[in-house]
Amino acid sequence: MSFLLAEHLRVTKGGRAILDDVSLEAGSGEFIAVIGPNGAGKSTLLSVLAGLTRPKSGEVSLDGKFFSEIPRKILAARRAYLPQNPLCEWPLSVERLVALGLTPHLPAFGGLPLQFAPAIGKALEACDLTSRRNQPVTTLSGGEFSRAMLARALVGEPEILIVDEPVTGLDPRHAMDCARRLSDYAAGGKLVIAALHDLTLAVRHAGRIVALKDGKVAGQGALTAALIGRVFDVEAEIRGEGEHASVTVLR
Amino acid sequence: MRILVFILTILLVLAFAASLLAGRVWIAPHDLFSGDIFSGRNLASLIVLDIRLPRTLLALMMGASLGLAGAVLQGLTRNPLAEPGLLGVSTGAALGAVIAIYFGVTAISVLAGPLFGLIGALAACALTFALGQGGTIALILAGAAVSSLTAAGIALALNFAPNPYAAYEIMNWLLGSLADKSWTQVFLVAPFVILGGALLATTGRALDALSLGEAQAESLGIDLNRLRLTVVAGTALAVGAATSVTGAIGFIGLVAPHLARPFVGYLPGRIMAPAALGGALLLILADIAVREIHLGPEIKLGVFTALIGAPFFFWLVLRLRKVAP
Repeated sequence: MSFLLAEHLRVTKGGRAILDDVSLEAGSGEFIAVIGPNGAGKSTLLSVLAGLTRPKSGEVSLDGKFFSEIPRKILAARRAYLPQNPLCEWPLSVERLVALGLTPHLPAFGGLPLQFAPAIGKALEACDLTSRRNQPVTTLSGGEFSRAMLARALVGEPEILIVDEPVTGLDPRHAMDCARRLSDYAAGGKLVIAALHDLTLAVRHAGRIVALKDGKVAGQGALTAALIGRVFDVEAEIRGEGEHASVTVLR
Repeated sequence: MRILVFILTILLVLAFAASLLAGRVWIAPHDLFSGDIFSGRNLASLIVLDIRLPRTLLALMMGASLGLAGAVLQGLTRNPLAEPGLLGVSTGAALGAVIAIYFGVTAISVLAGPLFGLIGALAACALTFALGQGGTIALILAGAAVSSLTAAGIALALNFAPNPYAAYEIMNWLLGSLADKSWTQVFLVAPFVILGGALLATTGRALDALSLGEAQAESLGIDLNRLRLTVVAGTALAVGAATSVTGAIGFIGLVAPHLARPFVGYLPGRIMAPAALGGALLLILADIAVREIHLGPEIKLGVFTALIGAPFFFWLVLRLRKVAP
């Protein structure tokens, strides 16, 4: 079990408040979708929750221990983070890319120890990439590449997975697959926090919504038409339930 | 990778032996192995032990430092055109040595040049690191600024050279050469090269993670500030010390990692060992070639590596143009 607690986060950039008194608690088994318009502070919130950006005030703690007290390698082994539009700078093979996710678990020198081979195989299989394992990542399609990155994040089996807009640029089927993978991972007893723009995926798969607007939490809990209206300044309608729910923006 | 390292090691041993034998006076291979050379003080032993062995060891250290630092810097900047000179280390060492020549300190002791060069390299790298706080781009820009500052200092020294002989000596040093080196210089350089090389060798894992960009590398537990400090310090020590004895030698640091890269699956950490071995191999071979090419005066090693390195640069640009979208 892990328990992530963020209290009164405040982040400013160039005098402007990006996050303003944001508090959040989250525990194992949850899939939390962070929604909000562009510039609402979603990416900053995820980066702070991952321990990569230090808030100006406020604290994030994991199981009662402040991030500042947790050594970076220990934290890296417990949580994985995928930024928006992740990239790979060299034409590595898919397998090598995925293995990079094990960095916090590896000894300082030497090749990849054999004991990690099953974990890599499992991550590749979970993301449907087994047939592509020796292919250079530069030759992958957009959907395959984002799957490879997800496998890279999953390979260390982190207790906490933080993903920034994982479905941007994916076609509907791949976007759905990705959201389903995230919710399956959460169902396995892990905490998943993802920023999502696709409200239909959010309403179908996320257990809880955190809606941000202008750096403040505009609402938490289940996604409702009223919440969408308040956050995005649109009129929306939610039809159906569970796996068949869909969100339509009317105007 | 193991096979590549193995092959390179064997080639390096062969090149090392060839470098002891080749030159104006050829030594027969069986003399080297029969033990005659190590038993008495004859001409052959003098040539091999006091002239060619230190020269070859310096080539080995310089080439390995350049190859390793080049691989590390290309990994850190994720730029295939990066090379050790990027941080201002080469021009810094050159400026230090030039100052020593200019003020005539070299006349007092043969060690003055290398010592001033080492101080110059360390000072240039410290300045680069201090200016380049806060990011890899800032570090590259700071390195460019420091390089141009030190280059201006060298030009100034040439401009104000007290006599043609001093100017000639400065020019000679800037061209880079392994000729007339002794054991003193080997012992002066070795500790710094080993320390610097050891520092650079620790960065493999972090450079691998950096393939994913800075945000992901940090999320994988990499301390980017410490990584930058390690790279700058390691390069300053290893390349700075070697350069302060041999003078500036270009292109090895750029070429060696590229030759290794496709064979090890492009992972920056795996390029380091082959690049160091390859750099040493290339420089020893270049040094043998320099000794065997007779066109009047001995062609300087730095000039030779630049001559064979430049076409490679063209090839690299053409290839990158094809690979780039």
